[in-house]
Amino acid sequence: MASLKTLARNEEEQPRFRSGHSMCAGCGMGAAARTVLNSIPGPVVVVGTSGCFEVTATRFPFTAWGVPWIHVAFENAAALASGLEASYLALKHRGRIPDEPVTFVVFAGDGGTYDIGLQSLSGALERGHHFLYVCLDNEAYMNTGVQRSGATPFAANTQTSPVGSRGRGKQEQRKDITGIVVAHRVPYVGQCSTSHLHDLSSKVERAVAVDGPSFLNVLTSCPTGWGHTTGDSVRVARLAVETRFWPLYEVVEGHWRLTHEPAHPAPLQEWLELQKRFSHLHGSRNVDLVKEFQRQIDEEWQELKRRTAADAAWFAERAGVTA
Amino acid sequence: MSKAVPVPPATKWLEPQVLTGAQASAHAMRQAGVEVFPVYPITPQTPIIETFSGFVADGKTDAVLLQVESEHSAMSAAVASALGGARTMTATASQGLAFMVEVIHQAAGMRAPIVMVVGNRALAAPISIHCDYSDSMLARDSGVVQIYSEDAQEAYNLTVMAPRIAEHPDVLLPVMVCMDGFTITHSAEVVSLLPDADVADFVGPYELANAMLTAGQATTRGVFTMPDHFFTLHNRMTAATETAATVYDEVARDFERRFGSYLGPVEAYRMEDAERAIVMMGAASGTVKEVIDEMRDAGERVGLVVVRLFRPFPRAALIQAIGQTPHVAVLDRASSPGTYPPLFVDAFATLLGAGDIRCYLYGIGGYDLKPQTVRSVYEELKGPRHEYIRYLGPSEED
Repeated sequence: MASLKTLARNEEEQPRFRSGHSMCAGCGMGAAARTVLNSIPGPVVVVGTSGCFEVTATRFPFTAWGVPWIHVAFENAAALASGLEASYLALKHRGRIPDEPVTFVVFAGDGGTYDIGLQSLSGALERGHHFLYVCLDNEAYMNTGVQRSGATPFAANTQTSPVGSRGRGKQEQRKDITGIVVAHRVPYVGQCSTSHLHDLSSKVERAVAVDGPSFLNVLTSCPTGWGHTTGDSVRVARLAVETRFWPLYEVVEGHWRLTHEPAHPAPLQEWLELQKRFSHLHGSRNVDLVKEFQRQIDEEWQELKRRTAADAAWFAERAGVTA
Repeated sequence: MSKAVPVPPATKWLEPQVLTGAQASAHAMRQAGVEVFPVYPITPQTPIIETFSGFVADGKTDAVLLQVESEHSAMSAAVASALGGARTMTATASQGLAFMVEVIHQAAGMRAPIVMVVGNRALAAPISIHCDYSDSMLARDSGVVQIYSEDAQEAYNLTVMAPRIAEHPDVLLPVMVCMDGFTITHSAEVVSLLPDADVADFVGPYELANAMLTAGQATTRGVFTMPDHFFTLHNRMTAATETAATVYDEVARDFERRFGSYLGPVEAYRMEDAERAIVMMGAASGTVKEVIDEMRDAGERVGLVVVRLFRPFPRAALIQAIGQTPHVAVLDRASSPGTYPPLFVDAFATLLGAGDIRCYLYGIGGYDLKPQTVRSVYEELKGPRHEYIRYLGPSEED
């Protein structure tokens, strides 16, 4: 695991994502992207999608990128990574570029991953390209002004799942995108949060070391869309982990393990109270919704625990071998 | 003053062989040094990628064949690959081309020089696997260069020419080489290929300035703009599309110089003293030439102008080819419901409405253009002008 010092030194040597972008104060994207990029040894090429990251970092004639970056559309980031890797292999084969590894990193949001980009992601995972796909999951379409996505949690108030005289926020449970990625039998998958940057950094190191696709789903706080104060950005992300709403885990060659287990899970209400998107659940209002939300989280947690318990021996054996 | 010594043709065409247009174009891509080939199957393009897959399996090319999960991803991967620094080509048709269109516009705007081979096929609904140009017309206004072939030999020659046009530093745009689905893609014809080495020498290496993987410095591609810059950048792309007309002719002349065959932006067929002319694109022009020969033998002054380069539209070449011909019928193979079809609009605007220019629609969804129908068009050009669009298709009773 890279220390903070190492990350800082890496950034000083090659600033891969620089200041001067126009992200909102308190946005989790910048810290997540810098942590990811500073954790990768060797040359990096970045692929993006249409969305907040694109409009805040590449407004012509300026760019915040210190490494090669490409974006074409909303739904095709994994296809771009496939094409770049093919280009790299073709050039290497002909001796037109140095024979050294290049890491291809995708940064996409939840819309570009769970929803419109799912086909492109699935195809690239199945084909086994060597790239790291990072979903910066802020749980709604934030760049277009906060509309619900397949990642939006139950009951959340968005512009297209509004709370009103009849509306009670999003009525569907979020999609398990990490599980969907695992079903592609890729060698490394992880779930991370912008509150736990060391955990993120060490997962990036393991992800880029595998031969094949890897995927990280990073809960990325969004003060604008979630309705929390900018100073609470890390706190909100941390409480998401501590309430078991967003467990930190990894799936290595199909084997699951938690990388952080809350010793004393925080009550869900504590997390909800910090966010205006859940203001209709504040106090003791709409207790049935809170109850259902809690039921979903408990169910997801139990499922995760079943998987990690079943794979404990595999990790123990592996630790024994590597020790 | 020394007299210029004619340069003997350095190249000998290989023995003619029987090939479909799909096979011929796959050979052209292999010989032109495609390095990355992202593809997805669709009728009637499929034999192109099947033929190419055979080349890969037999070690006849070391291109990376990237078999993606959709045409949208094929075109997306192509943009990244081409801008990454490798020569990239793809092939598609119909619904697949429709699925690519979003990215075709992006490819043009991002100035990605990709060769796209198209087996033209009607767009649904209803579903048809047969030819018209409604698919490639979807990309008409994207900025890409579009060239239409008359037969398999032309499809081959134009595919060899295409990378030179696409990759010219003053162009840097996708180039679409279109051929009629089935009529060209699947029909076996006598085709001559060039030797591999001569094509490689003609096309040259892929050298994109500031490519993402070879530039040695970071470039940012696919940026966000506000109105202060969008119009400027869009106009630069538009200027590049216009420049492609000059580059097309340079490349066609060089092809002629080396290989003895000139495929200009338009082809004027027996137009010398023509009183009546047809303007059209694609494979059906072969039928029209047959009819012309017969009618010319009977003393009728009829001719044909085949528009080969459709984007950028060869305005000067069309004006020159039409000359003083008083009666012109423009035959379109794609409709624009509610108004005049695309080739007519361009031809009419280019010829500034001079003389008598009439609008016909033929071949929609693969409906055959028969010799007697062509004859009837030339006969009608002797008589009064019809209103609006005349349909050369089945009647409602058929």
